Amino acid sequence: MSAPTATQSVSEPPPTRKVDLRREFNEVGVGEVLDQLDRELIGLRPVKTRIREIASLLLIERIRKRMNLTSDVPTLHMSFTGNPGTGKTTVALRIASILHKLGFVRRGQVVSVTRDELVGQYIGHTAPKTKEILKKAMGGVLFIDEAYYLHRPDNERDYGQEAIEILLQVMESQREDLVVILAGYGDRMDKFFASNPGFRSRIAHHIDFPDYSQDELLAIADLMLQDINYKFSPDAREAFVRYIGLRKTQPLFSNARSIRNALDRMRLRQASRLVADLDRVLTDDDVMSLEASDVLASRVFTKAIGE
Amino acid sequence: MRVTQGCFSFLPDLTDEQISRQVQYCLGNGWAVNIEFTDDPHPRNNFWEMWGLPMFDLRDAAGVLMELTECRKVYGDRYIRLSAFDSSHGWESVRLSFIVNRPREEPGFRLDRHEVEGRKVRYTTTPYAVDRPEGQRYGGS
Repeated sequence: MSAPTATQSVSEPPPTRKVDLRREFNEVGVGEVLDQLDRELIGLRPVKTRIREIASLLLIERIRKRMNLTSDVPTLHMSFTGNPGTGKTTVALRIASILHKLGFVRRGQVVSVTRDELVGQYIGHTAPKTKEILKKAMGGVLFIDEAYYLHRPDNERDYGQEAIEILLQVMESQREDLVVILAGYGDRMDKFFASNPGFRSRIAHHIDFPDYSQDELLAIADLMLQDINYKFSPDAREAFVRYIGLRKTQPLFSNARSIRNALDRMRLRQASRLVADLDRVLTDDDVMSLEASDVLASRVFTKAIGE
Repeated sequence: MRVTQGCFSFLPDLTDEQISRQVQYCLGNGWAVNIEFTDDPHPRNNFWEMWGLPMFDLRDAAGVLMELTECRKVYGDRYIRLSAFDSSHGWESVRLSFIVNRPREEPGFRLDRHEVEGRKVRYTTTPYAVDRPEGQRYGGS
């Protein structure tokens, strides 16, 4: 089918056509997704820039396709590196819907897997297992979290290598059917790519997720609370700013995830504080707001004083 | 003799593009698509062998086509069909099946007349291909 159009474009240059870029942009509806990304994800400047670039490329690619300016399907496989809790999974979900809106993946589903779901337990188990996941992800996005676990350098006979080979093969041969996103912590992903150079070269977009600043973490906390219909009292907010400052310096800090956990614990404290006094009549405000005492009871503060 | 069975049996063989569209229709209905193959084309042969497991939870036909390509590489000299299984309550059976691959040459069927008591005749059809052992019936290895 494509043969006659191809010869045509060689023999006679197509007449100049005009494309209304804005209309095209609105028609695809990618603007909404990008705006939503800006609104709902705080910080992550480099990530958003890169996603905008990719979205622009895909939009232009779409127009070029209509003009019969044939070019290869752009490679869309990506790798997300960054510390825990920097939003890699969340962004992967968004990417899928952007790609779907632009028509580069047909279904837009995200299949999120880790090593367990790809690598088998015994000889001959891995290939069918990996293929089954690949088949489920076809037409959408395959998100492999903590991808470096696929490769175990200390064990030569590890079945992970088999899964990697199948993945590489499909990533190359079925680029238009599947987008693979690998995610993991920066340093370990670097090691992983170093020992699997095939992966590095097949992935076009390496995106690094920066850590959040203190202000961004506070904004994230506000957004999270807003989503679950809670709010900080002014005192509590102040205390929480101090909490973030302290928590950031302590080990095992995992950005937004730590914030989420902290908020969950504060909700627990708030609940037990309210239940402690059963004779009280509660207002909306009482149930919704977290007080300074809920924040200050955290172990983070006692530890800081103790040290 | 061209063996026909299942859906689309009066149409010419489907192209991969057409197969893909049909598979997508099945997936859209929530049916699980299976790949089966055999080298015994008798119409009463219900027991085709399965290529892998039934493919549940697929969203896109590309996955099925990938398996079909694999199956054709190994059993390209046999009959391959796709069947779509509907697991919903009340159906729980195959909703659609069609042939997607056939041997290059199909020798057809022999009709045996078995004369029994009186002037009765019993008929049996036997594919010529099954005279040879399994696996060697269509010039395969």
